[in-house]
Amino acid sequence: MSFVRRNAWTLGLVALMVVLLGVTRLIQPNFGVSGLESLARAALPFAFATAAMAVVVIVGGIDLSVASMMAVCSVTAAVLMQTMGGVPAILITLAVGTLMGLINGVLIVVTRVPDIVVTLAMLFVWEGTALLILNTPGGTAAPFLREAIVGSVLIDGLPKALILMAIIVAVIWVPLKRSKLGLAIYATGSDENAAFRSGVAVGRTKAAAYAVCGLFSAFGGLSLLSLTGIGEPVPGPYLLAAVAAVVLGGVVLGGGIGGILGPIIAVFILRIIRTILTLAAVDPNVTTIVEGTIMVGVVMFGAFLMMRGRGPT
Amino acid sequence: MTSKNDAMSTGMTDTLLDAQNVAKSFGAVRALTDASLTVRRGEVVALMGANGAGKSTFVKILTGAIRPDAGRVTIRGTEARVGSPAEARRSGLVPVYQEPSLIPDLDVADNLRLGDTDAETFRHWAAELSHPELRLDAMIRDLPLATLRIIDLARALASTPDVLLLDELTAALPTDLVERVLRVARQQAEDGRGVIYISHRFAEIAELCDRATVLRDGRSVGDLDIAPGIEDRVVEMMLGARIDLGQRAAETARPKPGGAPRLRVQNLAAAPKLTDASFELHPGEVLGVVALEGQGQDELFEVLAGMRKPAAGTVEIDGTPARFSHPADAIAAGLKFVPGNRAEALFRERSLRENIAMPFSARARSWGPLRLRHEKARVAEAVERLQIDTRAQGEVQRLSGGNQQKVTIGRWLAHGVETLLLFDPTRGIDVRTKRQIYPLVRELAEQGAAILYYTSELAEVPLACDRAVVIFNGRVVDIVEAVDATEERLMRAAYGLTSAEGAA
Repeated sequence: MSFVRRNAWTLGLVALMVVLLGVTRLIQPNFGVSGLESLARAALPFAFATAAMAVVVIVGGIDLSVASMMAVCSVTAAVLMQTMGGVPAILITLAVGTLMGLINGVLIVVTRVPDIVVTLAMLFVWEGTALLILNTPGGTAAPFLREAIVGSVLIDGLPKALILMAIIVAVIWVPLKRSKLGLAIYATGSDENAAFRSGVAVGRTKAAAYAVCGLFSAFGGLSLLSLTGIGEPVPGPYLLAAVAAVVLGGVVLGGGIGGILGPIIAVFILRIIRTILTLAAVDPNVTTIVEGTIMVGVVMFGAFLMMRGRGPT
Repeated sequence: MTSKNDAMSTGMTDTLLDAQNVAKSFGAVRALTDASLTVRRGEVVALMGANGAGKSTFVKILTGAIRPDAGRVTIRGTEARVGSPAEARRSGLVPVYQEPSLIPDLDVADNLRLGDTDAETFRHWAAELSHPELRLDAMIRDLPLATLRIIDLARALASTPDVLLLDELTAALPTDLVERVLRVARQQAEDGRGVIYISHRFAEIAELCDRATVLRDGRSVGDLDIAPGIEDRVVEMMLGARIDLGQRAAETARPKPGGAPRLRVQNLAAAPKLTDASFELHPGEVLGVVALEGQGQDELFEVLAGMRKPAAGTVEIDGTPARFSHPADAIAAGLKFVPGNRAEALFRERSLRENIAMPFSARARSWGPLRLRHEKARVAEAVERLQIDTRAQGEVQRLSGGNQQKVTIGRWLAHGVETLLLFDPTRGIDVRTKRQIYPLVRELAEQGAAILYYTSELAEVPLACDRAVVIFNGRVVDIVEAVDATEERLMRAAYGLTSAEGAA
C-alpha cells in the first residue's frame, strides 16, 4: 500500500489547513508572523488534550477526564513553582499526570467497568482534586516556561509554541509507535479478542495507553500554566474539543485506526476556522454552528471517499 | 497408514501434553466435570464432542484463556501454569481457531511482529500452504477468510509449536486448502510434534488422526484409535446412545416438480464474483448450491435476500419480476435468508424469545404494542419444533452453536415458510444437530416450501437436497440430481471439470 493511500486522511487535512490559511490571508491581508504565533500558542493546550485523547481512542477507549487532569497538573505545577525550581516542578507534574492516567487505566482494566463510566467518575474526582490543591486561580509559573512559547525560532514565522509541541509529541509518540507497545495499542483497539489470542497483554496495554494519555494531559496542564502564568483549578473547554479534533483527525472511535498527527492538524484547522470567523465578524454563536457543520461535513466526505476507494477493484 | 503406526510406536512413551481431570463451572452451569486428553510425540489426536459437550471450554483451558477449577495440565512433563494465551504459547501450545486471531487494522507484517514471528519462516509455511504470492503489506481486513486462516496457521507453524491445536480450521475452507492443511498437520506429527485436531468432519479425522478423544456432557467418555468404521462408535459415544446414520433424501430420482417455479433466476450477475446464474426453484424442492469458496455464491444469496443489488439479470417470484431495495422487501416477498455466520443473524445479548419473535415485529407498521400472548405461542411452537435447548434462553449468546443455528432458522418457521435461503446452515455444528436439520429441511419442503441450500460439505447434498446447482467462477456450470451427487461428481463440477456425463 502506498504512502499516499495510507496517509490519505492526514494529507487531505494538511491540504485543507493550507487552504484555510490562504483564506485567512485573503480576509485579513496583514495576518502574518504574529498571527501565526498567537494561533500556535492558543492551540497548544488543545493540541496536547487531543494527543492525550487520540492515544486512548486508538486503544479502543475514551477518557472523559482529560480536561480535569489538565487542571490538576496546571495547579500542581503552579503551587510547586512557588517553592521550588521550574525543572523539578515540571518533572513532578509530569509524573502526577502519568499517575492519574495510570489510575484511570488500572481502574478500567481491573474493575471491568466501561471506560466511559470510569473516566466520567474520574472527571469529577480530578476536578475536586484540583480545587483541593488550589481553590482559586493562583500560584506562579517559572519565567522560562512563559518564554518557551513566545516568539519564533530559527526563522520568522516558525512559532516556538509549534516547535515545542512538535518535539514533545514526537519524542513521546514516535518511539512508542515503533515499539511493540505501540503495535499492541493498535492491536488492542482493532480487535481486543484477536489481540488477546495473539498473546498481547491486553490489560497492561490499555493501562499503559491511559498512562500516556495522562502524560500528554500533564503537558496540556503545563501549557495552560505557561499561557496564563497562573494555575487555574477549573477545567477549560478541552474535553469535547479534543474528542472533536480526534474524530476530525481520522481516528476511528472504537479504536485501531488513525494516528496522532492527523488529530493535531485537525486542532489547527478548528482554530483557524475560528480565527477566520472572528475576522469575518461572524456572530460568536453562529461560529460554533459553523464549526460543528464543518466537522460533520469533513468526516462524512472522508468516509464517502474511503468507501469509493474500497469499492470493486 | 503405515506411517501413522510408525509414528505411534516410536512416540509411545513421550507425552507432550497431558490434561487430567479438568473441571470448570460457570456459576451453576458445570461446563466440564472430568475432561482428560493426552498428546504424545508424533500423534494427531482428534478432540470430538457434540455441541455443548464442553469442547470449547476445554480448548479455552488448554490455551490459557480461562483457568480450570480443578485438574492439571502438563506440557512436556512440567506443570503448565497457563494463565494467558501468551503463556500457553511460551510453553509450546499454539492454537489456530476457526475465527482467525489476526488484527484487522494492521497489515500482515505488523501482525507477525506482534507475536515475534520470523517473517522468513512464515513465508516458508505460507508457500507450503499455497499462498506464495502473499503480500506482507496487505491489510488483514481486506483479505478473504480462507487466506486469513492460512496466515493464522502459517504464523502458528512458524513458531515451531510442540503441540498445535487446530480448532474447526477447515470449516468452510475450500477443498484444495483443506488437503494442504491436513498434509501439513500430518507432517508436524511425523516431525515428532503433536497436533490436537478439532473437527466435525469424520472424513478428515479418518485421514489425519491417530486417536480420538470423545467428550460428552463435560467428561471424557472415550479414547480410541482411528480405524475404518469408527464413525459409528464415535457417534455413539458422543450421543450416549446409538442413533441412525443420516438417511439419504433421494434413493431414487424424484421427478422434477412441475408447474410454475416459486423462484426463477435468469442470467443473474452481481459484483464482484457472480457473472451468470440461472436456475428454477419449485415449491416442495430443496435445491442445493455447491461451490468452492468465493465462486459467487455469497453474491447470489445476498441478491436474493435483498442485501445487494444485481448488476444484470432477473429474479422472478411466482412469475412476477422482483427487485428488492431492502431485506424487508425480500422477506415480504417470502424469501427468508439464514446467513452462514450466526453472528450476522442474532441479537446476541437478547433473549431467545426476542430473537425468534423479531420478524413479527420488525416492520414499521407493527410498531405498536407487542402482542405478547400471540408471540409466546409462536415462539413456543418454534422451540418445540426445532428442539431448541432452552436452559440458557436469557441471552442467545449463551446457547451452544448448534442451538444458535436452530434459532436463526426457527425465527422464520413460525410465520409459515414459502422460500427459505439457507447458507451453510450446518457450518461448525455437531453431528446430532446436523441430523436434526436435514429432516427439518425435508419436512419443510414436503409442506410446500421451496428451499435453496448452500453447503460447503459435499456429503450433505444427497442427505438434504433433491438436486444441486454447481457454481464455478460466477456461473452455474452444472445441475446434479441428488441420486448422482457423489462427492466425486460434485467435486469435479465445483472445480469446473464438467464431464461428458455431466450434461444431465
